[in-house]
Amino acid sequence: MSMIQGKEKAENIKPMQKKKGRQELSEGAGRENEQPLVPMLLAYAKIRRKQLFTEMKKNKSAYLMILPYCLLFLLFYLVPVCISVGLSFTNFNVLEPPEFVGLRNYIDLFFADNIFLTAVKNTFIFAIITGPVGYFMALFIAWMINDIKNRKLRAFMTLLFYAPTISGQAYIIWKFIFSSDLYGIANGWLMRLGIISEPILWFEDASYCMTISIVVILWMSMGTGFLSFIAGLQNVDRSLYEAGYMDGVKNRFQELWYITLPSMKEQLLFGAVMTVTSSFAIHDQLAALAGFPSVKYCVHTVVSHLVDYGTVRLEMGYASAIATLLFVVMIACNKLIQKLLGKVGK
Amino acid sequence: MRAILKHKKRANASHSAAGNAVSFLILTVMGLFMALPIILSVSNSLKPLEELFVFPPKFLVRNPTTDNFTDLLTLMSESWVPFTRYFFNTIFVTVAGTLGHLLIASMCAFALAKRKFPGAKLIFGIIVTALMFSVQVTAIPNYLIMSKIGWLDTYASLIVPAMAKPLGLFLMKQFMEQIPDALLEAARIDGAREFTVFFRVALPQVKPALLTLVIFCFQDLWNMQGATYIYSEKLKTLPYALSQISAAGISRAGVSAAVTVIMMTVPIILFILCQSNIVETMASSGIKD
Repeated sequence: MSMIQGKEKAENIKPMQKKKGRQELSEGAGRENEQPLVPMLLAYAKIRRKQLFTEMKKNKSAYLMILPYCLLFLLFYLVPVCISVGLSFTNFNVLEPPEFVGLRNYIDLFFADNIFLTAVKNTFIFAIITGPVGYFMALFIAWMINDIKNRKLRAFMTLLFYAPTISGQAYIIWKFIFSSDLYGIANGWLMRLGIISEPILWFEDASYCMTISIVVILWMSMGTGFLSFIAGLQNVDRSLYEAGYMDGVKNRFQELWYITLPSMKEQLLFGAVMTVTSSFAIHDQLAALAGFPSVKYCVHTVVSHLVDYGTVRLEMGYASAIATLLFVVMIACNKLIQKLLGKVGK
Repeated sequence: MRAILKHKKRANASHSAAGNAVSFLILTVMGLFMALPIILSVSNSLKPLEELFVFPPKFLVRNPTTDNFTDLLTLMSESWVPFTRYFFNTIFVTVAGTLGHLLIASMCAFALAKRKFPGAKLIFGIIVTALMFSVQVTAIPNYLIMSKIGWLDTYASLIVPAMAKPLGLFLMKQFMEQIPDALLEAARIDGAREFTVFFRVALPQVKPALLTLVIFCFQDLWNMQGATYIYSEKLKTLPYALSQISAAGISRAGVSAAVTVIMMTVPIILFILCQSNIVETMASSGIKD
């Protein structure tokens, strides 16, 4: 409703401004010799506006084509983010209307919620380890796969490394590998070899939980970025390598740094965006493996905290504050990485 | 293996043989790390129950059986809602969502890539930023929006948001840039309307990108439990029903392994079928500064 009203308002304002502009223009025309700049600017603005309008009219079909997608995108992606930011300043339990509380949710998050601080710590550990390691692993493996000359084998290797990512909930198998009883692969073999005498409670023990979780996340880290790298590597101009060879590129690492990486910068950036997004959103696989909430919150992430408040405790205002913070940190991180990637090959 | 080594010899001059050997070794080790859990999943789904709980645990199955899969069928025929219903729901949601996504995302991508109009750059910039939105950030407001427009507990709550996924639009737009302008111009001079140019000229040119969108969209929808938006049993999806079966614990360990294998087989097969197209599309996936 409010959106429609806003639109009407905007439409009302436009003609009014136009009229005002015209009035000033005619006034200015009278005093043309004294102050030529203002009316000229106004006239220019008017022409620009008219140009814009005709330009838009000319492209009516283009606007029609983007309309369906843009409407849905607005409704399910853009508006939700705005709502989330708005709700983060309120106290909202779905049943009663939201109540404005200013910055209280944010203050509570940082000064009154120890579990949130644990979650932030865990998220950063995951992001700092699995993000860069996963990213470089994907790049490195894509690079080595690209060196394989046999096309079939190359396709097979790509599938092999990408399979864990597309296999849905196949990560459940790690629950069997690191099961807490004798029948799990890890315990069974360690005991048989006489390394341990009783089963280790892998996911229930805070000292192992984090490490195993990192292994599982790395296992799944060959995502969309990996495919992008594979494709980027295949399309590097072959003649560049020969030219580089003439210019004294001696080994494969020099070749990688001076030729390959600079010519696939765009894919590197795309991969980085995908990695940052996924490494800050870690939750589902850990909830399935280590339980939700995990023992002593050992792998409780910011997203876990968000899910906890959003779907279990129904404190939507508080949950929205967490979502907003996560969003801001993710965007900032991406901007930073964009800057860093500008330095590749220099 | 010999074949690989032979091929390696023909590699670039700047690549030493020792380096090739090391890289082959690393690939093998990493490949095993990736493959073993998947192999274990398949092997587990073929194990009879007594083999799943044996000390010391066996990695590979000794007496393979399809009991787990047949048990799954029995369990499903006993379920409250006929099992075919879950199956139908998932197929319907996946197909409808994927088709809708293909249509509206490629139409929008076409306009953004091949037409210059005021606002195009801004819109695309916003969509690139939206690549960074994770599902959880928008989950709560999405629930509120769904309940406002009365879509809770309908297929639409699963299908429609998936149609507007930014990743698909982004990839499609980058791929569309490669269509030669002359081709479109020729059609326009012949008097084709813009929608005809899109359907008849542009779409056939971007088949690899379409298949890529299919696999990404399919993956998302195929694995979607949708338990937040859907609460009537007869609208629930296959992954949800299967997760309920798996949740029953130790007695169903075998069945749950069978479930995992079934769920992962479909996307893997689809990926194999579309792989070369996907690689071709991803080549244009870069984000320009």
